[in-house]
Amino acid sequence: MNTEVQTTTPEAPKLGEAVRVLLAKPTHDCHDRGVRLVARKFRDAGFEVIFSNFLLPSEIINTAVEEDVQVIGVSTSAGGHMPVFEDLIAGLKENGLEDVILIGGGVIPADDEAVLKDWGVKAVFGPGTTAEDAIDLIRAEFGGPA
Amino acid sequence: MAAQARNADYYRDNLLSGNRVALARAITAVENDRADAAAVLQTIYGQVGRAQLIGITGAPGAGKSTLVNAVVRELRGQDRKVGVVAVDPSSPFSGGAILGDRIRMSEHGNDDGVFVRSLASRGHLGGLSRAAARVVDVMDAAGMDAIIVETVGTGQSEVEIMEIAQTVVVVCAPGLGDEIQAVKAGILEIADILVVNKADMPLADRTERQLRDAMRARRRDGWEVPVMRTVATTGDGTADLVAKAAEHFARLPAAARVHAARGRMHKLLAATAAEQVRAGVQGLRGEAVDALCEAVLRGEMDYAEAARRAARLAVADPGSGHDPG
Ligand SMILES: Nc1nc2c(ncn2[C@@H]2O[C@H](COP(=O)(O)OP(=O)(O)O)[C@@H](O)[C@H]2O)c(=O)[nH]1
Ligand SMILES: [Mg+2]
Repeated sequence: MNTEVQTTTPEAPKLGEAVRVLLAKPTHDCHDRGVRLVARKFRDAGFEVIFSNFLLPSEIINTAVEEDVQVIGVSTSAGGHMPVFEDLIAGLKENGLEDVILIGGGVIPADDEAVLKDWGVKAVFGPGTTAEDAIDLIRAEFGGPA
Repeated sequence: MAAQARNADYYRDNLLSGNRVALARAITAVENDRADAAAVLQTIYGQVGRAQLIGITGAPGAGKSTLVNAVVRELRGQDRKVGVVAVDPSSPFSGGAILGDRIRMSEHGNDDGVFVRSLASRGHLGGLSRAAARVVDVMDAAGMDAIIVETVGTGQSEVEIMEIAQTVVVVCAPGLGDEIQAVKAGILEIADILVVNKADMPLADRTERQLRDAMRARRRDGWEVPVMRTVATTGDGTADLVAKAAEHFARLPAAARVHAARGRMHKLLAATAAEQVRAGVQGLRGEAVDALCEAVLRGEMDYAEAARRAARLAVADPGSGHDPG
């Protein structure tokens, strides 16, 4: 068989550098359907989504380091998220990863949101926002497939 | 992108000493073929070839990731540093991917002796990604004693893993109709060790019998391929599996390891050369290349022949792509 002509097999849209996003759900609430939906939307936007079910901030940071992600998306809906964000921000700093963007999602009260942004959390996507809003933000930050 | 290129000094100072951030960045550099990939490769060659490399392949849902988790636990019990490379498919539509293998490996999330990296296949066929071999080399140089590579797992024969791993473990499970499928897809051919996972399930005995029949008298280089039972969720059987992999690794002569490394380097050279030729052909200007294109368009020349001639032009005159002056 002549295989030479196949050297230019059409490949997936060539992403020199796909944006890598870690999605984590660090609090003990049982439904992760929301996160799974976001993961699929992110994939369809051309991102490489690392999905984990870690609970501890230290584990989330370890994963972010190993996977060299540009974005960490944290989904919470059971409260208790403030200390988690605090630990994550400290962990990023400790590892010299201040350029990693932190975003929040799920149910986060407006008061908390203001504090989080003050701490440097890039955005909080609460009820009424969509995965597309987050995609737009990430694309604006890192570019993405046209 | 967030991470900027780093130079050879950075990698020499940080990568070989096992700094995790440097390791992660080095992997990204070779994965994306970034400007600093050359600095990484320059740093690691001379330092690779020490790690034990185990490949895990098999149908989706057979329990590969869960088995990797259990094998890592076993290796950690021996106090060895473990790297894991887990490949998942990229969407052919968006180029994006969901990399979910490490969900099954969460018990090692806080262990500094374990480094897990998920790779998207990025359109590469064959069960791995284009950069997977280099990622393994980077982990090897960074001091991982054992590196486990989980393939995409299409249930097809993902032969590329043979080029990377010294020991290929093919995972089957009852209830997936695997036995016959596996025989048909030729997946058993690449096994050094055959595992019947989910041995806690009722049909495991039957699966094991069928696989034993299929594997009867199948030997490679004097190694009789064992059929082993595991329950990845509990870890049952994984100590034996790890011992068997060590046995297979130990009987591998040093010459074979050099041979494998040479084979991988050969492939890397081929890929790099292909890219150089492609760029050269793309950069060709002038009558000769115009004539080739027109000849193909007019149906006067075979496409493959035209490509061969174009490649020859590019190699003969590597500077022709650049505008003079
Ligand atoms: N009963 C049983 N289930 C298992 C075993 N190993 C894995 N599983 C389950 O099989 C499913 C698929 O496992 P996974 O490791 O993701 O498979 P992969 O697609 O081959 O990587 C998960 O729900 C696992 O919990 C086992 O030994 N016994
Ligand atoms: Mg898997």
